[in-house]
Amino acid sequence: MLSDYAPLVIYAVIVVGVVGLLITLSNLLGPQKPYKSKLLPYESGIVPVDPARKRYSVRFYLTAMLFIIFDVEAVFFYPWAVVLRQLRWYGVIEMLVFIGILLVALVHIWRKGGLEWE
Amino acid sequence: MSSITLAAPDPLGLYTNPIGHWVIVVVAMVVALVVLMTGAAYSVWFERVALGRMQRRPGPNRVGPFGLLQLAADGVKLAFKESFAPRMVDPVLYVLAPAIMVTAAFLAWAVIPVGIWYGFSYWIADLNVGILLVLAVSSMNAYALLLGGWSSNNKYSLLGGLRAAAQLVSYELSLGLALVPVFMIVGSLRLQDIATYQVHWFGASFPLPLILVAPLSFVIYMVSAVAEVNRTPFDLPEAEQELIGGYLTEYSGLKFVCFYLGEYINMITVAALATLLFLAGWEGPLLPPVFWMFVKIVFFIFLFIWLRTTLPRLRYDMLMRLGWKVLLPLAIANVVVTAIVLVAVQ
Repeated sequence: MLSDYAPLVIYAVIVVGVVGLLITLSNLLGPQKPYKSKLLPYESGIVPVDPARKRYSVRFYLTAMLFIIFDVEAVFFYPWAVVLRQLRWYGVIEMLVFIGILLVALVHIWRKGGLEWE
Repeated sequence: MSSITLAAPDPLGLYTNPIGHWVIVVVAMVVALVVLMTGAAYSVWFERVALGRMQRRPGPNRVGPFGLLQLAADGVKLAFKESFAPRMVDPVLYVLAPAIMVTAAFLAWAVIPVGIWYGFSYWIADLNVGILLVLAVSSMNAYALLLGGWSSNNKYSLLGGLRAAAQLVSYELSLGLALVPVFMIVGSLRLQDIATYQVHWFGASFPLPLILVAPLSFVIYMVSAVAEVNRTPFDLPEAEQELIGGYLTEYSGLKFVCFYLGEYINMITVAALATLLFLAGWEGPLLPPVFWMFVKIVFFIFLFIWLRTTLPRLRYDMLMRLGWKVLLPLAIANVVVTAIVLVAVQ
């Protein structure tokens, strides 16, 4: 039922209000005395050499792609799990086919070295 | 007026009065928030005391009896600290990141039921997809860490944020799959149903802790949960020694508090989930349900602290190997075996 979500919405509004209050208070309470060296990024006491937002090699890029694929597949397990007791062997065999495809993909990635940290 | 119901007895007939009903709902939610924040504060206190004792030092013991008021003192101090943003930060994202963190942490508790007294349990929203909501909002904290790390314009923060993302793609899959056997056994995603799952043997009904029938799920869940809340041995995003706190480096004052609050509430959340999913929730003999719920959650929090004092931090290729090459195949095998056994014995 959609009305089940009504308390969730009210609660979300209250939470956002409380968090907004916390963030606002953080700027109102306490002194505000900025000066130049205080506003520098912290780099263990050394004057920072470069801006931090440079191009950075994200090495887990491939893993992240694999993650999205597998995570979307994992979502299909949830509705299946809930009704498994009604589906019985039909459900089990259907899912074994699905898991089989998933496993073949995983083994393939594994053997191709897609899970290695290079 | 509305179909909102709290699972509470209603001796004064307030629910039938529309205004009284709304007042009760809002007050109960605010009370829940206050309890959560206090719980997070005392988890910090408990962690500091336990860490201290395990390292043969007293831990906080100056403010109040047993240092119990230490966190109140720290909170006041942090509230009145200067909360400044360094130059070159992204002003919107820099503020948004701690807000996302603590908002997501609070929202997870919208569907987590707490047994209060015999036949009286409390929850905010009774959703048939409860656990999905918890999983959805609890993976939001990776966004908070990534945005916080990127917007700070600090190399340590950036590395911390990226590590948070790398960590998410390593354990989240096995976390999700580890829970599937529980749903198969109970046949519901509603946390209340899972926590109060009963078996009927010899004509009697018993609450069944699901750890007994799905022990492997429990182990995979616990490992993944420690990674989810970024605690040792998986505290790569905030590694104090290498990254000076990682994404936290440039935060101060109440924004820093927001991150910490979110982190400790998340810790209580995964402890509560472990309790509800695997330890029969608030079921227990003799003493009232709220006591059992509390004891089980504290037990898991103690476990997290114990791990922190015992284990060294993993390197992050090791974390990925653990997630993809050990936990994921194990979790899939667990799903297959549980499904076959479940249908065979039915």
